[in-house]
Amino acid sequence: MRNTWIICRKELGSYFVSPVAYFLLTMFAVVFGFFFWASLGYFVVASLEMQMQGRMFPLNLNEQVIRPLLQNASVIGLFLIPMITMRLFAEEKRTGTIELLATSPVRDLEIIVGKWLAAMMLYACLLIFTALNFAFLFKYGNPDWKPMLIAYLGLLLQAGALLAIGTFISTLTKNQIIAGAATFGIALLMFVLGWVGEYESATWARVLSYLSVNTHLESFNRGVLNSKDAIFYLSMIFVGLFLTARSLESLRWRS
Amino acid sequence: MITAKNLSKRYARTVAVDGISFDVAKGQIVGFLGPNGAGKTTTMRILTCFLPPSNGSATVAGFDVLEQPLEVKKRIGYLPESPPIYPEMETDEYLKFVGQLKGLSGADLQKRVDYVAERCAIADVRKKLLGKLSKGYRQRVGLAQAIIHNPDVLILDEPTAGLDPKQINETRDLIKGLAGDHTIILSTHILSEVEQTCEQVIIINKGKLVATDSVRNLQARARGEESVLLEVAGRNGALDVAKVQQRLQQITGVGGVVLKNQLDSRAVFEIEGHRGQLVRGDLARAVVEAGWDLNELRPAAMSLEEVFLQLTGSETQAEATGAKGVPA
Repeated sequence: MRNTWIICRKELGSYFVSPVAYFLLTMFAVVFGFFFWASLGYFVVASLEMQMQGRMFPLNLNEQVIRPLLQNASVIGLFLIPMITMRLFAEEKRTGTIELLATSPVRDLEIIVGKWLAAMMLYACLLIFTALNFAFLFKYGNPDWKPMLIAYLGLLLQAGALLAIGTFISTLTKNQIIAGAATFGIALLMFVLGWVGEYESATWARVLSYLSVNTHLESFNRGVLNSKDAIFYLSMIFVGLFLTARSLESLRWRS
Repeated sequence: MITAKNLSKRYARTVAVDGISFDVAKGQIVGFLGPNGAGKTTTMRILTCFLPPSNGSATVAGFDVLEQPLEVKKRIGYLPESPPIYPEMETDEYLKFVGQLKGLSGADLQKRVDYVAERCAIADVRKKLLGKLSKGYRQRVGLAQAIIHNPDVLILDEPTAGLDPKQINETRDLIKGLAGDHTIILSTHILSEVEQTCEQVIIINKGKLVATDSVRNLQARARGEESVLLEVAGRNGALDVAKVQQRLQQITGVGGVVLKNQLDSRAVFEIEGHRGQLVRGDLARAVVEAGWDLNELRPAAMSLEEVFLQLTGSETQAEATGAKGVPA
């Protein structure tokens, strides 16, 4: 536990000492800020039109603004997650610092979880920017905060799964670009796997769509805490970190 | 302190280490000597639990590298070939991080960081980014990192590689100073380094153990028969080499005279003498009395360098000497 925290703190240090963290935070803030601005603008115009037409159909901030925006946040995250994980092990392998970690009295699992936790924390920092935007909604409107919490939990779980996979891929190569590109490709695939379930109902299609990291986000996004979906993400995290551990071990036998 | 028994490491196609056995006693400095690609780094990586051996076993401080790697890792400090530093960290921050990894904390940690910074002469760069340090400083930070937890065993992979002569001397002195408290294995392909720093030397070539002995014994053994280098010059600009050779041959105790080099009126001969019978004064007198100039007369004692080349030089030679070099 102590070792995990030491590694995690060091990784966070690396993110925030180098421009990586600030770059990612800025990118996320700008892109999400635009999404927020556009979507809120649309919402305002739509409500005005409704009023002018005399319809008293109540427009809901949670339904019309927050839910789609948090869905979008997960898409922006999809682009940034590879950039968060690609260096985790690839860089240590390239510079040889992996030898320091591997010859210190620290378990592989402690190293892996420490690095993954640091990546999670950086992702959580990104999500803070969404919350900053939403703060305005609370000032001028009256959204419900409880479903938002569940939606955030879903986002974190989904990112956790993708970050675990990214961590695993980072152990496979010394090249950060390859690690990043491979992570992006696989993460994107896992995002859209659910599409096959929409036109095909054979078993293979249902399995594929079950594996999609996106389909499981829906319930969270609606503000429903569905244990099945939570367990899906938790097991993905477990599988990702387990593969990382195997890969680190095999690295020693192969290298 | 360190025992290796029949250690082997095979990669997919190559055998990096092939049945190496050796012992290192507590408090010794042992030089691990071999040409590039001999298997030095692989052996060290096995001892530090970075790589598992394919065959054989190794123990460090009584713990097996395969069975109890965590115990072994607690007791070793390791400096890999290129110091394992994070360029974005400051020296102090880095030493603290490594110290924590090795299990230090609190006041203890701070004390050790101060101590190793002083000891390794990096006190003036403690607040600098590691990425901005010169090669010499990085190497010393690497060394500081290796001794931060005061380990029983230090394993240093080419600790002086890439340093300038002054830094090499400083690093050697530093390593020698550490010898008392730590058992040290250092690898190198620089022979004078072994001659100057180590008591014991393990020579490997192509994954095989070639010799393990004390530095002094190795030199003595390789010297074999006494031989002398002699440079003679003709007085009037000409020198009859054959005549010199003939004259030298007549001196008692001389076994063979070989012309090594000839330039104008000067010639260098290597004279093989029978042990204990060759008198250098006789050589000098003979040359001068015959009317030649004696430019130089020196013992052709083999340096460790020559021993090394002789031992690792050619395949057959290495095997021949290897057979008598490895203690049963």
